[in-house]
Amino acid sequence: MSTAHKFLTMLEAVGLFVAVVGVILAGANRISGRRGDRVVAAVFLLPTVALVGVGLVYPALKTIYESFFDAAGTKYIGIDNYHKIFTDSDQLLVLRNTVLWVVITPFVATGVGLVYAILVDKARIEALAKALIFLPMAISFVGAGIIWKFVYDFRPDQPGVKQTGLLNEILVKLGGSPHQFLLNSPWNTIFLVIVMIWIQAGFAMTVLSASIKAIPEDIVEAARLDGVRAWGMFRYVTVPSIRPALVVVLTTIGIGTLKVFDIVRTMTGGQFKTSVVANEFYSQSFRAGNQGLGAALAVLLFVLVIPIVAYNVRQLRASEGR
Amino acid sequence: MTTRTLVRRTIAVTGALMLVAGVTSCSSKSNNSPSAGGSTSADCADYTTYGNLKGKTVTVYTGIVTPEDALLKATWAPFEKCTGATIKGEFDKSFEAQILVRAKAGNLPDIAIVPQPGLLKTLVATGKAVPADSATSAEVDQNFAPSWKDLGSVNGTFYAPPQNASMKSLVWYSPKEFKDKGYTIPTTLDELKTLSDKIAATGKKPWCAGISSGDATGWPITDWMEDWMLRLYGADEYDKWVNHSIAFNSPEPTAALDAVGQYLKNPKYVNGGLGDVKSIASTTFQDAGLPILKGTCSLHRQASFYAANWPKGTKVAPDGDVFAFYLPGKTADEKPVLGGGEFMLGFRKAPEVQAFQRFVASVTWANLSEQGGGGRCVTPNKNADPAKAANCSDIDKLTIKTLQDPKTVFRFDGSDAMPAAVGSDSFWKQATNWITGQSTKDTVDKIEASWPK
Repeated sequence: MSTAHKFLTMLEAVGLFVAVVGVILAGANRISGRRGDRVVAAVFLLPTVALVGVGLVYPALKTIYESFFDAAGTKYIGIDNYHKIFTDSDQLLVLRNTVLWVVITPFVATGVGLVYAILVDKARIEALAKALIFLPMAISFVGAGIIWKFVYDFRPDQPGVKQTGLLNEILVKLGGSPHQFLLNSPWNTIFLVIVMIWIQAGFAMTVLSASIKAIPEDIVEAARLDGVRAWGMFRYVTVPSIRPALVVVLTTIGIGTLKVFDIVRTMTGGQFKTSVVANEFYSQSFRAGNQGLGAALAVLLFVLVIPIVAYNVRQLRASEGR
Repeated sequence: MTTRTLVRRTIAVTGALMLVAGVTSCSSKSNNSPSAGGSTSADCADYTTYGNLKGKTVTVYTGIVTPEDALLKATWAPFEKCTGATIKGEFDKSFEAQILVRAKAGNLPDIAIVPQPGLLKTLVATGKAVPADSATSAEVDQNFAPSWKDLGSVNGTFYAPPQNASMKSLVWYSPKEFKDKGYTIPTTLDELKTLSDKIAATGKKPWCAGISSGDATGWPITDWMEDWMLRLYGADEYDKWVNHSIAFNSPEPTAALDAVGQYLKNPKYVNGGLGDVKSIASTTFQDAGLPILKGTCSLHRQASFYAANWPKGTKVAPDGDVFAFYLPGKTADEKPVLGGGEFMLGFRKAPEVQAFQRFVASVTWANLSEQGGGGRCVTPNKNADPAKAANCSDIDKLTIKTLQDPKTVFRFDGSDAMPAAVGSDSFWKQATNWITGQSTKDTVDKIEASWPK
């Protein structure tokens, strides 16, 4: 397919979209009468419902259905795939790594972001300091993976061989010997988690900084008059005031971390015992040709995300109701 | 598999870049000349056997892409000119996934160029493939070793004649170092071991290796193990292992992996210029042979495509900076070769399709392919004229010579023929764990356990 042809196809698709929307709008316009508003609303909702149905609901149901079938997707095998995830030693390792990711990343990233936000708050170079830590957010996960692969890069300690990795260069300069950061489990997973924290801390910092600034000045002043010191201010004023923002940041990073794929795939390809659920799901479905197990892993990921989303929604409602 | 082929292809392809300009201009020239159906001019003498195919079209679908597609098209041009037929090529990187989709949808080409026997079997199993006609079969009998015909056959029926081939059983070395130190090229596995010991005795780590390759990390070890399986136990036992007639953890494969371990897990042998044994796991396969140029490593086992991987300005020749020798058999008389190849599978029963299949199996085509040079040099056609290979690289010439050797027993990359759950997942993963410390027994046991029941 030539480039020109691709553009033509794209223009056709855009034209088709405009035409369909035009027809819907024209149709909706002709409807009037007492119950007209409801009908118009339904007509407007229709494309969204149809697209969500085709793009989300149907694949989700189909994935759940397929997770009860064998590798080729032809024979019903009950819950064997799920049984395998929770008994097979390789799959258990995947679960362990996912737990490590989800436990460490949100809390450390949020913690770093929060401390940073408080430290630079009202400092003279606040804008610059914030920009620096926010920059990694602008880098794609794959880009970040490649950057950190170089940071962790290993060359042996031999005459005539120069270190190319930043960390190992520092280690050697300090008189140590180079270390294989990405090879030894379970530490290699921690070194991958650091990359995610590096990316997400900026996000946490930005949101939390904004909500710290939104704390009413009179509360802060009242606390000061009551003789609250720095720690007390943090513990009894700042944190309670920004609690909704903290929850949003923690859960958002938590969900992002559960789905982490790019970093693992770019940096280790899931080798050296670093695979996580999302990466394993991809490998099983598209490389190992085990559709059933891949689907089961996808369902598991979905199930794991649900409680976090539910908690997030509840907190959001609670804070809105306040 | 896909990732591997892609990586290899990309590398092989970059090497051929220089040649493309020349070839493209050639092919456009032949396109300009009037297409006279069944022309009797002297050039077309070899083509009269295919008859007059004026107005007929054959569609060919393949995963071979730029710049090699131009080389391939150039080999079709004389056929088009002399028979009047039109060969319509479709060159698609995602061939391996798409051909199955198209088979399901009933939207098949006349001919698919299939790069794996496993995929060939799957396609024949769809019931839409057409067996080769008797004339093509006879042409293949005449020009190829029987093992090539077997690879193009499914359940005893011959379907697809071979096209191009490649060789994996190669060890890269520095001719200069060998000359200076008085090392000789080993002709048996024992000699290879002796040579390694000799180099190790000088305090140098003789071998360098690397298996890192994104999510395909580990695949180079599958090639090592296949090479040793083939050498220690012969082609029949190798086939049994690949077909799973013997278990992956039975004594022979276990011993083969242990034999590989005597090289790759031997701290005295590896990893020249790259670190300890474990550094094999973190070194990309592309970087793994480069220490030979720096003099920190002497031997590197990798397929012929690695020729394109040396830095610009490296002379790859028997008297150059680097070259490769054939990874020897157990004895000097045994010549097992591990490699890859492509097969022309037909899906439409028509004279022009069968004529084109027969043409690709002919000596005429093999010579054209050799003449074009670049990544299309090597054909397993034993009657191809070696003199036509003048444009080919020295490595390709070595490959042609080895493949045409009557003693050569050719076997396909076995991991490609294994089920995907093994050949492109557990085999790689467990081989990687093996390098980072897992025992041979655990490794073969785990791979056996992952074999789909």
